[in-house]
Amino acid sequence: MKRFLIPLGIFIVLVGFLAVGLKLDPREVPSPLIGKPAPDFNLALLSDPARQLSPADLRGKVWLFNVWASWCAACREEHPLLLDLARQGGVPIYGMDYKDQPSDAQAVLNRYGNPYVETVVDLDGRAGINYGVYGVPETYVIDRGGIIRYKHIGPVTPDVLNKKILPLVKELQK
Amino acid sequence: MIPELGHFALILALLLALVQGILPLVGAARNNLALVSVAKPAARAQFLFVAIAFGCLAYSFLTNDFSVLNVTRNSHSRLPEIYRFTATWGSHEGSMLLWTFILGLWTVAVTLFSRHLPDDMVARVVSVMGLVSFGFLLFMLATSNPFLRMPMAMDGSDLNPLLQDPGMVVHPPILYMGYVGFSVAFAFAIAALLSGKLDASWARWSRPWTTAAWSFLTVGIMMGSWWAYYELGWGGWWFWDPVENASLMPWLVGTALIHSLAVTEKRGSFKAWTVFLAIGAFSLSLLGTFLVRSGVLSSVHAFATDPARGLFILIFLLVVIGGSLLLFAFRASQVGLGGRFALVSRESFLMVNNILLLTAAGAVLLGTLYPLFLDALGLGKISVGPPYFNTVFVPLVAPLIFLSGIGPLARWKQVNVPELAARLKWGFGASVLVALLLPFTLGEWKPAVSLGYLLSLWIAVTVAIGVRSRMRTGAGWSANFYGMHLAHLGVAVTVIGVTMVSAYQTERNVRMEVGDTVTVKDYTFRFDGVRDVDGPNYRGSRGTLEVSRNGKPVSTLHPEKRIYAASGMPFTESAIDYGLTRDLYTALGESLDGGAWSVRVFHKPFVVWIWMGAVLMALGGLLAITDRRYRTSRKKGGAGA
Repeated sequence: MKRFLIPLGIFIVLVGFLAVGLKLDPREVPSPLIGKPAPDFNLALLSDPARQLSPADLRGKVWLFNVWASWCAACREEHPLLLDLARQGGVPIYGMDYKDQPSDAQAVLNRYGNPYVETVVDLDGRAGINYGVYGVPETYVIDRGGIIRYKHIGPVTPDVLNKKILPLVKELQK
Repeated sequence: MIPELGHFALILALLLALVQGILPLVGAARNNLALVSVAKPAARAQFLFVAIAFGCLAYSFLTNDFSVLNVTRNSHSRLPEIYRFTATWGSHEGSMLLWTFILGLWTVAVTLFSRHLPDDMVARVVSVMGLVSFGFLLFMLATSNPFLRMPMAMDGSDLNPLLQDPGMVVHPPILYMGYVGFSVAFAFAIAALLSGKLDASWARWSRPWTTAAWSFLTVGIMMGSWWAYYELGWGGWWFWDPVENASLMPWLVGTALIHSLAVTEKRGSFKAWTVFLAIGAFSLSLLGTFLVRSGVLSSVHAFATDPARGLFILIFLLVVIGGSLLLFAFRASQVGLGGRFALVSRESFLMVNNILLLTAAGAVLLGTLYPLFLDALGLGKISVGPPYFNTVFVPLVAPLIFLSGIGPLARWKQVNVPELAARLKWGFGASVLVALLLPFTLGEWKPAVSLGYLLSLWIAVTVAIGVRSRMRTGAGWSANFYGMHLAHLGVAVTVIGVTMVSAYQTERNVRMEVGDTVTVKDYTFRFDGVRDVDGPNYRGSRGTLEVSRNGKPVSTLHPEKRIYAASGMPFTESAIDYGLTRDLYTALGESLDGGAWSVRVFHKPFVVWIWMGAVLMALGGLLAITDRRYRTSRKKGGAGA
């Protein structure tokens, strides 16, 4: 009889793994950029194309970097949450308009509200490549020293914001 | 009102499934005829109510009832009618309802086509299927109610554009016919374990059901592969995606089961093994459902991610599979050994066939779950892709295909090796010779091509030898015999397709302006620009490519790029000129500046053979089912001629 119990044994081990697997998120890919300096760029501002912004200008403060676009439907999902966050004023949000027409992007901000201190325009997506952007929207937490501490792919949810991003920001601001 | 009726019908079906799952089982154990006779009416009534629920959901979709959450999420008022109907099973909830509906269909089929079986056997089989159905109905009502209402929405968010395709009208029902059809073989196995009567007649009763389910699964997988080919725009026909693997695993084990059932029926051997495979095939169907529905492995197909659902299915798996394997452990040890056989015999060939198929299924399972294992153990995130699967799969399948040539010609019990060798030597020599030389005529000699041709020719030659010697002996028509050979020929056809397309396909990815041409093999594609088109629920750009060969026009292809209004998702619609010896495949990439587009052009030799072969396999299966032997009365059954 013992050898007929082998399939059952294997199956139970499998169930154990599946049970653990249920708690994991297969889409959570660790970014190689975490713990590394935020890649540099020098891009024109959406509000004033004559002026430019670089991560170096933001040294000394903890900030959120949000990659978005007017063509990105999922970005609309997180937009109200970002507006709330901006209203509370706990942490500045800088945006990057990724592979997009500046006029379209400005129209979205005019219509739905602007949560960003400033938005830079990454017209050809070069800066995006350096950040490893593969799903818009993406959100990065960058510390005082310009080091990327956290990356979230896809729309920010209240859960992610309250359990991961905000606690991390608070700790970095100490 | 209609959604509430559907919901209510589901609750009634749940109660009837409980009756169907318990009373006949108790009746069969206690020899209580009154309880045994509950089985058939309960199963039919249960199916009726599931069908009513299904009809109600379809009605809600067809009438755009946006007060139903499921409809709002998966349909749109401008979605064409046929896709509004198929959207019924386009969602997680709907596809579970389809699953249960098809389980009911199989159960009713068992009640109709089992007059020649003992009543207690039928009662047990129907009961086991009732219990499975109960689990699924409970799952739906507890975590995935398809009729959930919500405040009326203005319009829906549309069906996933990938699913808005004629192929998706029939693909899921056929695939589920296969998946769920293994529940019959499973129920027969459990019934046999419960009754302790694991004999040749049990195997004969299971065979046609198993083969029928397998044929459906074959067609289902084939359609899925074809759909991925023309719909995803990359020209691939198999991606080793977890969802594809989920359907391949039960297919491999089901194939093993078909062969092992033959041994159990004819020779009385492999009994415990056959029962194990019957449990295994259905368990993998359930596991596939779990993998797809729970979201433990992310995939393009997985559209339900909800921990509560995952937990429910996991517990359900534990009860059904764990319970079956426990029963197996207790009962299988009491099963006696069957007829003995020599080291070289048809039995031993079929044993190797089973081992190879099961190992292949195990390798696919390991590759599919490996990322999960590592992640669960905290060892990092990886993904397992085609390099692993191709490396592991081909060496397992190549000897298997080679054996499928010899097996049908080998005698049961003991093979006279010199005699068999004498019958096969010319065929083998010819296959090797042609396989070595043929690739030279195709332009470039490659070892993989020769191997592929060797396997295909070998099957074709051995099928011819088998058919010829049967005709010489003057034996009459046997659907079983010809069905088997047809299915084996199907394998040969698929192997040719796979070999040719992997070795000789040509792909060009080019930037094209109006008037530009690109040449692939001897076909010239001229880009005549793109114009805007408006679909019912999308806006699109429709390209025109004139294809010519040596100056003669071949066809005009119109690949499209679409943006679906409700979701804003961009979407590639390929255009293909199909042919027996080659497909010309085109797809639009991105719009570039200056009116230019990036265009993908493929020349795919013999690619349709992959799916034609699968169709032949399924036809072979269906032919085998018509064999008269499966419809003999129960009195004749035990004697066996």
